[in-house]
Amino acid sequence: MSILFRKIKYLDQSAQALHEGELLVQDGKIADFGASLGVPEGAEIIEAEGAVLCPGLVDMRAAIGEPGYEYRETIASAAAAAAAGGITSLAVLPETNPVIDDPALVQFLRARGEETGSLTLLPYAAATRGLEGKELAEYGLLKAAGAVAFTDGSKAIASSRTMRLALFYASGFGARIVQHPEDVDLARGAAATAGARATWMGLPYVYAAAEAICVARDIRLAELTGGALHFAHVTTGEALDLIRRAKEKGLKITCDTAPPYFDLNETAIGDYRTYAKLSPPLRSEADRQAVVAALKDGTIDAIASDHHPCDPDDKRQPFAEAAPGGAGLATLLGVTLVRVQEGDLTLPQALALLTAKPAAWLGIEAGVLAKGRPADLCLFHPEKSWQVQAGKLPGKAQNTPFDGRALEGVVLGTWKAGRRVFGA
Amino acid sequence: MASLKHLLGIEGLNPASVTNLLDLAESYALLNRSGKTQRDSLRGRTLINLFFEDSTRTRTSFELAGRRLGADVVNMSVATSSVTKGETLLDTAATLNAMNCDLLVVRHKSSGAPALLAQKVGASVINAGDGTHEHPTQALLDALTIRRNKGRLSGLTVAICGDVLNSRVARSDILLLTMMGNFVRLVGPPTLVPGAIGVNGVEIFHDMEEGLKGADIVMMLRLQKERMTSGLIPSAREYFTFYGLDRKKLAYAKPDAMVMHPGPMNRGVEIDSEVADDAARSLIREQVEMGVAVRMAVLDTCARSNS
Repeated sequence: MSILFRKIKYLDQSAQALHEGELLVQDGKIADFGASLGVPEGAEIIEAEGAVLCPGLVDMRAAIGEPGYEYRETIASAAAAAAAGGITSLAVLPETNPVIDDPALVQFLRARGEETGSLTLLPYAAATRGLEGKELAEYGLLKAAGAVAFTDGSKAIASSRTMRLALFYASGFGARIVQHPEDVDLARGAAATAGARATWMGLPYVYAAAEAICVARDIRLAELTGGALHFAHVTTGEALDLIRRAKEKGLKITCDTAPPYFDLNETAIGDYRTYAKLSPPLRSEADRQAVVAALKDGTIDAIASDHHPCDPDDKRQPFAEAAPGGAGLATLLGVTLVRVQEGDLTLPQALALLTAKPAAWLGIEAGVLAKGRPADLCLFHPEKSWQVQAGKLPGKAQNTPFDGRALEGVVLGTWKAGRRVFGA
Repeated sequence: MASLKHLLGIEGLNPASVTNLLDLAESYALLNRSGKTQRDSLRGRTLINLFFEDSTRTRTSFELAGRRLGADVVNMSVATSSVTKGETLLDTAATLNAMNCDLLVVRHKSSGAPALLAQKVGASVINAGDGTHEHPTQALLDALTIRRNKGRLSGLTVAICGDVLNSRVARSDILLLTMMGNFVRLVGPPTLVPGAIGVNGVEIFHDMEEGLKGADIVMMLRLQKERMTSGLIPSAREYFTFYGLDRKKLAYAKPDAMVMHPGPMNRGVEIDSEVADDAARSLIREQVEMGVAVRMAVLDTCARSNS
């Protein structure tokens, strides 16, 4: 079984440049690519003039409802949404019920991912048992079972002592700690970022500085312990400045951000739009611009969907009571490409943030087009447009903060190990 | 009169619509005083007072306003009952739709709750206070009281003192007073006055003497007990010493400055009885009276746009 992609642009192995040409898939693996390849007998030919073929996207941060919250999202529905979004590898948070803090649960999630046939599930395990922020989880056993890193998900590790121990202990296993950077005390009960908007809307708020306060503390603890630390969904210029300096110093610090934080600002919550209620909350325009700048200068290592499924009943509430979180799988590529259209990133740079860079961070054999690698591929047309519509997104979760947004960049097809999992 | 389907906040009104509402309220105030209180403009209409938070005075004021206009008034108190049963706000909206009510007066602890209801019910929604967002009828009754006593509603200096941070009354008052061309001063300890306002014509003071200097109106806000337990201020006695309105502090304002309070008052915390009960300086009773008149005007105007 072979597939020949013709008249496409493909991203080369170094993820530096796009080439026009052809790419051949044989037996589920990438067999060859170049300006012109012969047509093997019986090969399926896919011609897609103007389309780009890139590695299947590697999304390093998503919450899925299963196990425990299947009314929000199941693994099957997340897999359908991921395939439609061009995603073939997905790192999932441990904030399920039960919490993923036992090696058997890590193995269960890995296996459930394989069953989908379309999506590799890469489980994060809890940094602390039950996500309670007190006792460390079994990093050694969990890592051996296949956990990619350790995090308390949407909860910040609040205690300085626990964070120091987590970083120090994890360093012995070469494991990373992932922090939701937020000073828990300052953020308690908050629904929006402090500022005139939150004041006039009468919403409980958190100062943007709560992010930098946590980041500053944790960078210091990483330096103290030699531990490897990753900050998830960084949203403020102040925190990014601290991370930039820590990287210059040579500390093992990395970070990601998510599309809402470089595409939207706090004005999106106007009229109490609960689909734009996120955690961390949307920030000021100045912070949005700082996130864009950090994408450009490489301070940010990856773009993750930060997919967080919510049920309509979780969201049809007064703003302060509504659940935070946005669906993000189907819009990850499209919203990232806006940065290319606006001239902030080149297309290879944008794609690297969605493929090669998160794959390297996760330590998986994915995210680059290389001969002999499994043919996890995403074919998209960068100039075709579509409109995001809550209620019509693939998968169960419809709580998109981008409702109504017109995007350029349509996924035409997704392949997992050479098998088509999305597109006609 | 411009149409007004819902009254969700002062935000969204313009000076002309405020003036129209106040003129209509003024006429109701005169009728109320003359004893000819019974009207029939809302005969056959149903008004539901939907209160998710207890408030005897606001609810009573709306109830009286509705009855004086001839409406059928029903009070629904859902402070604890339905919420603990897990009924959502939108379930409640569906129930009310089925009852075909015309006017829905809502108080809720969450900012934006009346706006959410307004999207889902056929009735006109009147915000009777939502979280720390707005309390538009309070601002209108404050404005009417000021206009009657100062003869105008522009060019005045109004000091709003106390817990501005947590006050929906303050937000609505600031919006209305600045829209009509007044100067607003917010006076209180830094922990109770928001740093980010972003509205022209508003100044912030942390000292009563400076903040009240030259003020035409001194508007005191109620201090909730929770503010002390949550650490925003250390004690009632410290608060009263520096921010409670007594004769000495009132003397910083203009000699003819008048005192207002949305009620209910904490005597000896934000206001001294000597000032509160001084008929020559206090407009607190008149505020309550104007409350009924303003709510009649609002109900009447909303009902007409909804017919």
